[in-house]
Amino acid sequence: MLKKTYENIDSIGRSILSIKAEGVHNKELAEVIYPNGDKAFAQVIALNNDEVTLQLFGGGFGVSTDCKIRFLGKPIQVGFSDDMLGRVYSGNGKPIDGGPELVTDMVRVAGPSINPVKRLIPKHMIRTGVPMIDVFNTLVRSQKIPIFAKAGEPYNRLLANIATQTDADIIIIGGVGLKYDEFHYFRQRIEEAGSKSKTIMFVHTHRDSIVEGLMVPDLALAVGEKFALQGKNVFVLLSDMTQWSDYLRQVANAQDQIPANQGYPGDLYSQLASRYEKAADIEGAGSLTILGVTTMDDVTHPVPDNTGYITEGQFYMKDGFLELFGSLSRLKQQVNDKTREDHRSIMNVMARLLSEAEERVKAQKFGSVKDDYSFRLLDYRKAFQKELMDPFRYLELEDALDLCWDILAKYFKKEEVGLSSKLIEAFWPKEGEYKILKSQGNE
Amino acid sequence: MQKAKGKVLSVNESLVGVETTQGAVMNGEVAYIVLEDGKRLKSEVIDVKSGQMVYLQVFEDTSWMRIGDLVEFSGLPLAVKLGPGILGSVTDGLQNPLYELAKTEWFLERGIVVEPLDNVTTWEFTPKVSIGDNVTGGDVLGTVPEKIFEHKIFVPFSLSSNFEIIEIAEKGAYTIDDPIAKIKDDSGTIKELTMAFEWPVKVAMPFNERSVPEKPLPTGIRILDSLFPIAYGGTACNPGPFGAGKTVLQHSLARHSQADIVIIAACGERAGEAVEVFKDFPELIDPRTGKSLMDRTYIVGNTSSMPVAAREASVYLATTVGEYYRKQGLNVLILADSTSRWAQALRETSGRKEEIPGPEAFPMYISTLISAFYDRAGVDVLKDGSVGSLSIIGTVSPAGGNFDEPVTQATLLSTGSFWGLSRALSDARKYPAIDRIDSNSKYPSLLKEEEVTYLLELLRDGKSIASNILLMGEKGITDETYIRYQKSELLDAVFLQQNSFNDIDGVTNPERLRLMFDMVFAIIEAPIDLKGKEEIRTHFNFLRQAFLDWNYMSVNDENFEKQHTKLINLVKQRTYA
Repeated sequence: MLKKTYENIDSIGRSILSIKAEGVHNKELAEVIYPNGDKAFAQVIALNNDEVTLQLFGGGFGVSTDCKIRFLGKPIQVGFSDDMLGRVYSGNGKPIDGGPELVTDMVRVAGPSINPVKRLIPKHMIRTGVPMIDVFNTLVRSQKIPIFAKAGEPYNRLLANIATQTDADIIIIGGVGLKYDEFHYFRQRIEEAGSKSKTIMFVHTHRDSIVEGLMVPDLALAVGEKFALQGKNVFVLLSDMTQWSDYLRQVANAQDQIPANQGYPGDLYSQLASRYEKAADIEGAGSLTILGVTTMDDVTHPVPDNTGYITEGQFYMKDGFLELFGSLSRLKQQVNDKTREDHRSIMNVMARLLSEAEERVKAQKFGSVKDDYSFRLLDYRKAFQKELMDPFRYLELEDALDLCWDILAKYFKKEEVGLSSKLIEAFWPKEGEYKILKSQGNE
Repeated sequence: MQKAKGKVLSVNESLVGVETTQGAVMNGEVAYIVLEDGKRLKSEVIDVKSGQMVYLQVFEDTSWMRIGDLVEFSGLPLAVKLGPGILGSVTDGLQNPLYELAKTEWFLERGIVVEPLDNVTTWEFTPKVSIGDNVTGGDVLGTVPEKIFEHKIFVPFSLSSNFEIIEIAEKGAYTIDDPIAKIKDDSGTIKELTMAFEWPVKVAMPFNERSVPEKPLPTGIRILDSLFPIAYGGTACNPGPFGAGKTVLQHSLARHSQADIVIIAACGERAGEAVEVFKDFPELIDPRTGKSLMDRTYIVGNTSSMPVAAREASVYLATTVGEYYRKQGLNVLILADSTSRWAQALRETSGRKEEIPGPEAFPMYISTLISAFYDRAGVDVLKDGSVGSLSIIGTVSPAGGNFDEPVTQATLLSTGSFWGLSRALSDARKYPAIDRIDSNSKYPSLLKEEEVTYLLELLRDGKSIASNILLMGEKGITDETYIRYQKSELLDAVFLQQNSFNDIDGVTNPERLRLMFDMVFAIIEAPIDLKGKEEIRTHFNFLRQAFLDWNYMSVNDENFEKQHTKLINLVKQRTYA
């Protein structure tokens, strides 16, 4: 296809540019050619008569009116090849690990959604080794689920842990707005875990332009989807989608779009959804699971709020713990009846008792807690937090279930917990003989 | 009318500006944008401006469109094809059957045209008119059996004058495209009719004789059927924050509601949820018909990652199909999940058109559109005296779970039942998490009016006593008040709460609802002979456990009656003589 070059730039903003040009395609890829011969990518985002609006991968700073724009006659694509495993790429799809550029097939980016009838009902549990997930909010293959956390929480550590502790065939890390040390952490963690050879990273750090950051999820998901179609079970990590939404807001603002809530564009929901919905268990092929991060202070903020309506649940992280209340896996019902016979019952009982304990915490403030049962509930709550809520304690599901029984037995009588006699007989630990819980150190 | 032509003048995501080069343009007509590679993208005229400028909303991805691309106008509004073959099918928001599309592609590629209704399968047609009969739009030409009922084949509703039948097909098997009748009007013009015809989705089908919704529609959900009912032909909305149980509630309604036909409009929501329905329903038997649940279901899936402009079309498509089955004399229920996504799609387009925004940037006309949508529900007394109804239950997904936003507010003004989903209740695992105090309904309940008032009063009392207990402790209130509180808690636990994942407890039919209510009523009415909070609590714990065991028993269970007696005895034991 003929590549056309234009020179009459109309205006230059922080991240967008407009120019007079003809025969240009919507969403076409272009190059900004600087007077010194340097090049940066740009993409057409709107057309109006002969005026073309482009978003700039290199940002608007340093672009001059004597730059040229060359339209490349192709849409944005990303390389796809097994050789990309172990490599690190930027938001414009170039390797940034010092390794060579690869000759690869090219696949389309941000393609249409998969036909719903090609989706399977998710049925495979993903074992993460994290008790709060495996026992209480089981992760399921093809699930899309974010971690909701304040900015300072160790969510990236958890993300890396989960990815490396599962049996995923391929891990794709999409880093948006990472601090350099976070980027470094991910690389190191993947190498330590021996997962490098099944991992591809697409990384945008704070020194890169926001348009590159916007591209990261699309590149990661396009490559992930392709692996999934080839029968692989793919795990895509996206951190942090709040910053991604912020970049979306900036570009929308630069285009003079009318803002909806808190300055975010009216299509924030659709934009987030078209990424998260790439998660799928595909009939006759593999699967794609998305674990994201949504940093937030308040869950009613537009980004976590819209995300919650899109994703299949969320994990709340607070003060370094994974919370039980607020966390939800919408798909857990699909799998947690096929793990161990006591799984669902013990999950419900532990949650009910914890919620009872929370009531006692409230009542304690009014000084109305006086009975032995209430005090035991409060001790139970402490033990629950210490033994189960630490997201960095690795436990197989069966051990974690046993630990739940240990904790119940330590603080309650059999008849107090409301479990069926059949389960109690099978699982209730003998006096002082805990399977997992350390017996010593009883206060 | 000569069909207009034009060329693309501007492209901004799904909004495309077009300059017409010939012909007249109608607001609302369908146009096709022809891309370089010959693909034709379906779109709809949403604005006609001066200087031959027309704005289109495009139902498909606009990538690779160019200024100057050819636009062909169809002269016709967006329409749905109505006829046998809709039941049991799954389509996108433009009536493209998804299973057909899946035969060639993994993905929903754009510009692919598929027949909306199967035109290969034949249907066993039985004529109901003879040559020489006089007919008009809406009259029945014959019937074909479709899944669970006799599908009436109509003279298209758009034909309003009088016609004479000059040919009618004999009893036999025909496809929906085969001609089955020829009719002639007074001027001698002859029309050939098939078993299917089109109707514009945005035009409400006129009622024959509109009546009011006053017969309760049993949903199998106790809190709804008793306290906040919906009627055949009525409307309801269930707004709520994410995670409060909207989806589980919708699924339960889709499975258990006593409607003849259920239409699910999955509008801008998770694809996985629609998948669960259309993969599970074919396996489930509908106890009312003894056939597959899918046989009474039609699913319109325009899920969140499909093109945004088609969300609006999907809601109207579902409604029009609903109106058509109402004309068949059936009770139709539409579950629209979620109307907020439709409203957001309108907001996106409105923003791109640079209209002056209303509250939260929604267009000013959003409330009018919402009211007009719910107004398409209703009861119709048909020509042959039979009655059809269309009920609509719309999900609303308010930003931040705050009901004080434009879409929720407009919906509350347009619907007859309000089921407010509460995060506090869902956190406490009290499902369905429908607010017991704030929800309301103007339709008649399966219970008597005074019974409903009686229950609501107890719930209000219970809530106020609970806040007293938190402040002053159990010791701060009298035994009498504490008993009242326990009764309200019991009502909530055994009657209002329901485990939708359980086959028996998940659905309660009207007879069992009555039985349960009578039991609950007996417990509440009984004066209790107990002193001390501990003793009172223990008594109610026993009652609760016994009641819950009863809830999980099938009526056919040999112990069902025994458990009932046990409950009655438990109440008697502690009652003042």
